[in-house]
Amino acid sequence: MREKLLEIQDLRKYFPKRGGALRKSKQQVYAVDGVTLTIEKGECLGVVGESGCGKTTLGRCVTGLERPTGGTIRHRGVDIAGLSGRQMKKVRSKIQVVFQDPYASLNPRWLVKDIIAEPYVVNQHRTREEVRDQVASLLDMVGLDEDHMYRFPHEFSGGQRQRIAIARALSISPEFIVLDEPTSSLDVSVQAQILNLLKDLQAKLDLTYMFISHNLSVIKHMASRIAVMYLGRIVELGSTEELFQNPLHPYTKVLFDSVPSPDTTVMHKRGPVMGDIPDPANPPEGCHFNPRCPIAIDKCKTAYPELIEHSPGHFAACFRPGEYS
Amino acid sequence: MFTVGQPSLLTVRNLRVNFYTYRGVVKALDGIDLEIVQGETLGLVGETGSGKSVTALSLIRLIPDPPGKIDDGEILLQGENLLQKSESEMRKVRGARIAMVFQDPSTFLNPVLTIGEQIIETLLVHDVLRGPNLKGKALRLKAREKAVQLLKQVRMPDPAGTLRKYPDELSGGMRQRAMIAMAVACHPDLLIADEPTTALDVTIQAQILELLNDLKKQEGLSVLMITHDLGIVAETCDRVAVMYGGNIVEVGPTSRIFENPLHPYTKALLNSIPRMSTHLERLDSIKGTVPNLISPPSGCRFHPRCPMAMDVCQMNKPVLEEVEERHSVACFLYPEKKPT
Repeated sequence: MREKLLEIQDLRKYFPKRGGALRKSKQQVYAVDGVTLTIEKGECLGVVGESGCGKTTLGRCVTGLERPTGGTIRHRGVDIAGLSGRQMKKVRSKIQVVFQDPYASLNPRWLVKDIIAEPYVVNQHRTREEVRDQVASLLDMVGLDEDHMYRFPHEFSGGQRQRIAIARALSISPEFIVLDEPTSSLDVSVQAQILNLLKDLQAKLDLTYMFISHNLSVIKHMASRIAVMYLGRIVELGSTEELFQNPLHPYTKVLFDSVPSPDTTVMHKRGPVMGDIPDPANPPEGCHFNPRCPIAIDKCKTAYPELIEHSPGHFAACFRPGEYS
Repeated sequence: MFTVGQPSLLTVRNLRVNFYTYRGVVKALDGIDLEIVQGETLGLVGETGSGKSVTALSLIRLIPDPPGKIDDGEILLQGENLLQKSESEMRKVRGARIAMVFQDPSTFLNPVLTIGEQIIETLLVHDVLRGPNLKGKALRLKAREKAVQLLKQVRMPDPAGTLRKYPDELSGGMRQRAMIAMAVACHPDLLIADEPTTALDVTIQAQILELLNDLKKQEGLSVLMITHDLGIVAETCDRVAVMYGGNIVEVGPTSRIFENPLHPYTKALLNSIPRMSTHLERLDSIKGTVPNLISPPSGCRFHPRCPMAMDVCQMNKPVLEEVEERHSVACFLYPEKKPT
């Protein structure tokens, strides 16, 4: 068993849903609703799910960008969920994040040099020369030229911008990086460059990743373990190999089947699942997936199945695991 | 399926589209040739800026002018050249003979009209409900019935109730269903689907793709499927045209393109996608980025990124030529295979 880097225990994040004339809080959106998860050092944990499943909120809670409603996030034994801003600053130098949209995440008025150096300058006192050398080596590490540091973000393509965002995340040598859909806005040929870069960096710098994506083939390529989320909860968790060979939860199977395959020889056996993704403010009773589940029984409508370990390291939250075929 | 000898529905010859901007002339389409046969699904794949959407918009003459301009070529729909039609004649083509489904249904649908009003408008404008002395109230009633029937056809849950709803009351998948209902309302010959599922989640995407496939069979539609997702192409298309930098670089039956890609770009594209079925440690990426079409590379527009580039690629532009049956490629690597 490797060292545990992050232990998430019963994490919950509810957002108030406001409405009416006085913007009163009417309902709550259960974005993350009881997630328990351990991230080991050196692994890449993939978090996959459709829109509204809470994968991004989970990532934001872990990086301290969102204060959880309940539960704990232990980073090396310290609960970071309730930390003050000053205390959180120390933790942030160990936990960094790369966002989905490199057009929104880089300040257009700043030079690339200042963007990349910001975490470095905030956390450590360095001379101007040291900062410049550091930025140059970071740019080199992510495959950009040294003289790119005197340019502005608008001079770069999407893929290059994402490289800048990665350089910024690496600037204070973190041990853990949350990658929130880092390639969703990129073209496939550029996506391949970024995925290769992320893999190389992970091996070289001994990084731990939490890779959030809706794209199953990307997750499969990157992750060593995968957590499948549906409406705020983890429905299945296991090693990538195990999950793909022997998916237990019907939602996982449905998700795998829905991805159009670029192999013309592979044919889908099952038709698409019916129905829409329910509103996270008003999730269905019992197992959240039951209205769309092809093998739902009466019990699924009343009780929520716990996440149970079915084989070593392979968890699923289902009353009829592995029965859908 | 694609069968030889089916009549051609749409033929595009040497289509050249330029955008005249302050920064310079964007050569968006560099003389493309394309053919869509009755009843087939043709996939148009390529990355951002390759000209997929410009092709689609040119076909229905919706290129914003200015700055865009169709400078050369012809678009023949069942023999009629669409580029010579007047604007009012084009209006009778759009929606009635060539319909389009866009990527983002929320920008296409009018937010202040109900779904019902929008579908009924389509039906009335194109005068689909021809009948003896249908006028006024009776006509509207008939249109309403037809709208409900269309929503049923696209498997909208609660079709009658949806008629009274506004677009923002529907989920992304349902909006896309409503848009498809509008598109097939007038029984078009050709449906252009421009990234119809890119904004949707995978389980919803699977539903929409199945729906499009079923409609195609029921209505005998031809479909031009524009996408950047090679998985969607493999699952829905009979033939594929691969675009790069405003050119079609390869076109052929889907199975041939995937099993035996000829153009270096197609090969690289297929190797750069992570797959569910096999595991690779590294992906083959294409070095560099998509070209700037204001000053595109000389000769073959792919040559600066091409691992097989030769001297000739810098100087001359390769033409699309048939290398094996129904499989054409625009590349100097295949000169001698030309059929006689």
